[in-house]
Amino acid sequence: MTVYIIRRLLYTIPIVFGVLLVTFLLFNVVAGDVTDQIAGKAASAETREEIRAEYGWDKPMFFAWDSQFFNHLKNAVTFDFGRSWSDRELIIDKVKRGAGPSLSLTIPMFLGTLIISISLALIVAFLRGHIVDVVVVLLCVAGMSIPFLSFILFGQYFLAFKWDIFPVFFWPDLSPAHYVLLPALIGIVAGLGGNLRFYRTVMLDEIRNDYVRTAFAKGLSVRRVLFRHVLKNAMIPIITQVVLAIPFLFLGSLLLERFFGIPGLGYLMIEAIGARDFQVISAMTYIGAILFVVFNLITDICYCLVDPRITFE
Amino acid sequence: MSNNGKLLSVENLSTHFFTEQGVAKAVQNVSFSVKKGGTFALVGESGCGKSVTALSIMRLVPEPPGKIVSGEIIFEGRNLTALGEKQMRRIRGNRIAMIFQEPMTSLNPVFTVGSQIAEAIRLHQGKNARRAWADTVEMLRKVGIADPQQRVREYPHQMSGGMQQRVMIAMAVSCEPSLLIADEPTTALDVTIQAQILDLLEQLQQQNGMSILLITHDLGIVAERADDVGVMYASRIVELSEATALFTEPLHPYTQGLLKSLPRLGLCERRLPTISGMVPEPLDFPAGCKFHPRCPIGLDDKRCQSVEPQLREVRQGRCVACWYAPDYESDAEYKEYESKYGRHKRLSTDS
Repeated sequence: MTVYIIRRLLYTIPIVFGVLLVTFLLFNVVAGDVTDQIAGKAASAETREEIRAEYGWDKPMFFAWDSQFFNHLKNAVTFDFGRSWSDRELIIDKVKRGAGPSLSLTIPMFLGTLIISISLALIVAFLRGHIVDVVVVLLCVAGMSIPFLSFILFGQYFLAFKWDIFPVFFWPDLSPAHYVLLPALIGIVAGLGGNLRFYRTVMLDEIRNDYVRTAFAKGLSVRRVLFRHVLKNAMIPIITQVVLAIPFLFLGSLLLERFFGIPGLGYLMIEAIGARDFQVISAMTYIGAILFVVFNLITDICYCLVDPRITFE
Repeated sequence: MSNNGKLLSVENLSTHFFTEQGVAKAVQNVSFSVKKGGTFALVGESGCGKSVTALSIMRLVPEPPGKIVSGEIIFEGRNLTALGEKQMRRIRGNRIAMIFQEPMTSLNPVFTVGSQIAEAIRLHQGKNARRAWADTVEMLRKVGIADPQQRVREYPHQMSGGMQQRVMIAMAVSCEPSLLIADEPTTALDVTIQAQILDLLEQLQQQNGMSILLITHDLGIVAERADDVGVMYASRIVELSEATALFTEPLHPYTQGLLKSLPRLGLCERRLPTISGMVPEPLDFPAGCKFHPRCPIGLDDKRCQSVEPQLREVRQGRCVACWYAPDYESDAEYKEYESKYGRHKRLSTDS
């Protein structure tokens, strides 16, 4: 197993290199010179040169030890992303500061959606063809058809503004549990439809199997059959879905954070896009890619833990 | 218990499936009984309702669309059709156990065989994990699995088909049920393994004194192992008899056809005779006797085409549902229809 993990880690090197190459091409080559933007139109030629020297833009693009691309690689590996162009703060500090609020929103949202949709999916799959199943599927399709934005707008307008159950907007004095409640709730409700339908299909595939009949023939209760025998067999598609969603938790929720003013990574990303702050966007893309690669590996390891038929060859 | 040594008696059981295409009457008016310590075989082609009968006894017919619409299943003095789900759970796997056709898919692939057997023992006998585990190892030894200490920790995919079926049997008999329902237990196995599995069942039957309801389409197995036989055709029992009598003198034309289609030692026939036609679909049963379109006698008979014969005891211990069965003439119902349609000549003498 250790050999397998090491080999997989080695495979990630070309992937990460590819990500860095693409981000470099996008933000440093295609996007062009942003000296004007930083210096302002009235800046003198000397100021421009100073800025270009500070960011290293006077150096060759590729083929040199001190080239821009080589520095890009070096900075990425050491997680030193430099300073933001807009407010000159260290990007890594920005990311660290945003991660907390983001995770405090996305983790409860993610866990809530997961637990509710899997439990409901098991029950609905067991009652397939029953009126409960039909109604739930209809509601799911309806939920999937309504845009995410309308959940946010209606939730914020009615639950927070009109009825005053939740705070409308983030406020530094509020405890995380307080300001996260409504956006998390909205996220759960909006995500339920698609997730529930996915897990229902997964469970239906399992519930038709012979071993389910055997489990019932043993005299087990419906709950034990569903939540032990069926659920463990359904773990492969669930793990794929779940573990690969985790990297996105770190990146935060762009819309929810924006609407509720939560100073997380999604908010940071939107601000950076608005300000054409390429350094920040590039750093976030890189962090996202690294997380994705790592969790991909974790997924594969989890497969072996839940299904004895899968082995590391 | 009373009931003249009967462990299970099924009376007028009907199980229907309510589908969008219509009502599929998968089991109609089926009655039979299983003796204590005896083996009752339910024989018939695929789709004739054998498995649904077995699932009805376990109350495991998927509902909806299936439903036991009428009848009684008397087991150890209790009517199973009237029991609540909770009481039924105490019977399943404990007093009545079941093994299935495909051991590979019937075992849960992600749990060790040991944990699957121990689960039943813990559930029904309330033993703690350690004692249940010890029992499990003992059960595996009993069903003839070598090196049970090792095997108990294995997963189903690490075993052969015969071994998996042994595990299924170990799971089924772990709580010493008084009835074991074996639904085509050897169909998916090699011929050599088949005999081993059936021997094992017989041996366990003698040790525990349990009864077996054997569901099969293999008449060879029935001849060797069964005490009593019910022949099912198109969701009804058409002939019910003690096994030896059935094989020496089959009374129903369908049973006769089945027996003729068996290969026999010493006879060199180039082709075995077959029963022409197909088993009718439950949604599309013919009127009258359901066998008449395939029957050499009843094909052109008005009575066979319009009135379905009931299962009647024509001789001591022999029940048949056929207007042409010998001694059926003594039946009151027969007389009623004889006056209406007349006594029909045997086709064989006609042509």
